[in-house]
Amino acid sequence: EQEKGLGALEGVGFRVGQGLSERLTKETPSFKDELDVLKFLCKDLWVTVFKKQVDNLRTNHQGTYMLQDDHFLLLSQLSNGKQYLEEAPKFLAFTCGLVKGALSNLGFDSTVTAEVLVMPCSKFQVVIQKS
Amino acid sequence: MAVCIAVIAKENYPLYIQSITTENELKFHYTVHTSLDVVDEKISAMGKALVDQRELYLGLLYPTEDYKVYGYVTNSKVKFVMVADSSNTALRDNEIHSMFQKLHNSYIDVMCNPFYNPGDCIHSRAFDNMVTSMMMQVC
Repeated sequence: EQEKGLGALEGVGFRVGQGLSERLTKETPSFKDELDVLKFLCKDLWVTVFKKQVDNLRTNHQGTYMLQDDHFLLLSQLSNGKQYLEEAPKFLAFTCGLVKGALSNLGFDSTVTAEVLVMPCSKFQVVIQKS
Repeated sequence: MAVCIAVIAKENYPLYIQSITTENELKFHYTVHTSLDVVDEKISAMGKALVDQRELYLGLLYPTEDYKVYGYVTNSKVKFVMVADSSNTALRDNEIHSMFQKLHNSYIDVMCNPFYNPGDCIHSRAFDNMVTSMMMQVC
């Protein structure tokens, strides 16, 4: 039941990500490579949606990226203790879809997962599929 | 004036293609199809050269005896192809550029429509109206 709901949220995020990435990349010069696309996500897309940039971007240079937002907007209204740690992933499903949709529109198939270890810091892991 | 305008998906199938007259339509479809090769060539050349290769507008793809074909590619690898009448030499590069900008804006609006699935053919009336006005405009 919960899975279906989260899946639907992610689907909505996916569609929004596609449209948003189309609108935001209208004026930007074409991207050189994968890393360029991820940087665009961390800066322009994140600022447009969450009013701030991603705080940390890590990669293993083999298609896996980790985006860390230390003060994730959607979690900022919940208390910082352990109380809502279990509920937190529900708030991240839409964003996972958003990232996935934006990447898909720019030509990269990916899987995106998210985790929250300490509120309100959230980490999104992006794995780009090799075609 | 533009006689034919086409929007091609990144997988190289047409999302939208409209010609000004219904006779000779097949010829325009064919012209657009052959111009895709030139587009792909330019895109792959862009990937290798590093000099000022950040433009989305591809410019004149190739001239035939009656027509000139122009191309434009978005960051999501959707291509716009415009076939213009050669007899109208008053059509300058920056006018074509601005026509492509309008096309791109309308395409973005179509993309953001939640009832539109990316990859489907474009059936939007607003898009149709914009394209028709572009084909009439430069007469």
